[in-house]
Amino acid sequence: MKIEVKGLTKRYKDNYALNNVSFTLDGPKIYGLLGRNGAGKTTFMDILSGQILASNGKIEIDGEEPFDNQKLTESICLIKEGHNFKKDLKVKNVLKVYSFFYPKWDQELADKLIKEYNLNLNSKVKTLSKGMESALGIIVGLSSKAPITIFDEPYIGLDAAARKKFYEIMLEEYEAEKRIIIFSTHLIDEVSLLFEEVLILQEGSLVLMEEADMLRNSTCAVSGTIEEVEAFISGKEVIEKKQLAGMMTAYVYSSIQEAKMHGLNAEGVPIQELMIYLTERKKGA
Amino acid sequence: MKKSLDENKPIFLQIKEQLEDSIINGNINSGERVPSTNEFAAYYKINPATAAKGINELVAEEILVKRRGVGMFVTEDAKGILIEKRKKTFYEHYMLPLKEEARKLRIKETELMEMVKREDAADEN
Repeated sequence: MKIEVKGLTKRYKDNYALNNVSFTLDGPKIYGLLGRNGAGKTTFMDILSGQILASNGKIEIDGEEPFDNQKLTESICLIKEGHNFKKDLKVKNVLKVYSFFYPKWDQELADKLIKEYNLNLNSKVKTLSKGMESALGIIVGLSSKAPITIFDEPYIGLDAAARKKFYEIMLEEYEAEKRIIIFSTHLIDEVSLLFEEVLILQEGSLVLMEEADMLRNSTCAVSGTIEEVEAFISGKEVIEKKQLAGMMTAYVYSSIQEAKMHGLNAEGVPIQELMIYLTERKKGA
Repeated sequence: MKKSLDENKPIFLQIKEQLEDSIINGNINSGERVPSTNEFAAYYKINPATAAKGINELVAEEILVKRRGVGMFVTEDAKGILIEKRKKTFYEHYMLPLKEEARKLRIKETELMEMVKREDAADEN
């Protein structure tokens, strides 16, 4: 499926949650949607899943808009960080409801995951711990087999081992059957290796969209004496620089090989750090 | 097999270099099957497309060959090709940094040559 975002804007009074954002997600990949708090990630996902309307612009999924479009929303599953399910339903009823809604629902997988996460089918949602409720969300999201599956910080309250399990199963399911998975997270270091493409939102605008591995290749941290580094970075796009005791480190758009050829010390920049520098810089500008 | 990958470097390159090392060291010989894209993805928890990119580059360089429905295999000439390739980059990757560091430490050329030979002598004993 193809998701086309065209001039998407969402305004709450004088606040722009999204401001004229355009991009295209083409084909089944795992996308990492990153950004600081209030960057517009959740608003985007709400519009994408047809839950709210845009103020301006639109999202088209294979040419159709998701709002009030049941045929299309059967292909989209959004799991948020909480309050995904009615409090008075039992776990088994939640699964039943979603199995009716999603045509490609995989009951076998749901059963397997219920066991994996030790959920009691007869517990009511309101009696579940935070972690258990998150696990239920993850089970529904994966079992929906929806061609567009969206996870918005789905792991609140899950411990490190349970999160790791989630990443493993998500990868397994993705390998078995490719679909669009949009993953919004603040725990970037944990999942960045799973992303094929990375999108970074900042204050309602898209600041970056790039293949994850290209990103690792096209940015680096160079260090050396101030003169050396200044000479190297002149004319290049600099993300951040800092200096201490006559030495300087600069984060620039450049390959490690190029920096090394200039006799500078160069290292890659993890996506988590890159996101922090990119969004910090934006604020200062 | 490395325990985990380095986040600072393109992942596909690390997959590629790892396979190259295994072939050069003789851990995987010509004609043998190498792990599939999905096996790499599952082992390192990485995106399968990324693993595929590393493997596909090795196919393009005729280090690996794809046999439909069976998997990826090391070609007859793989080891030879790789050693030639590594020799070409040896100067850049090892000699240049060595000379650079020697310059910083004011090590004279004769001194440097002595050190190279000293290692050789130790090897022979």
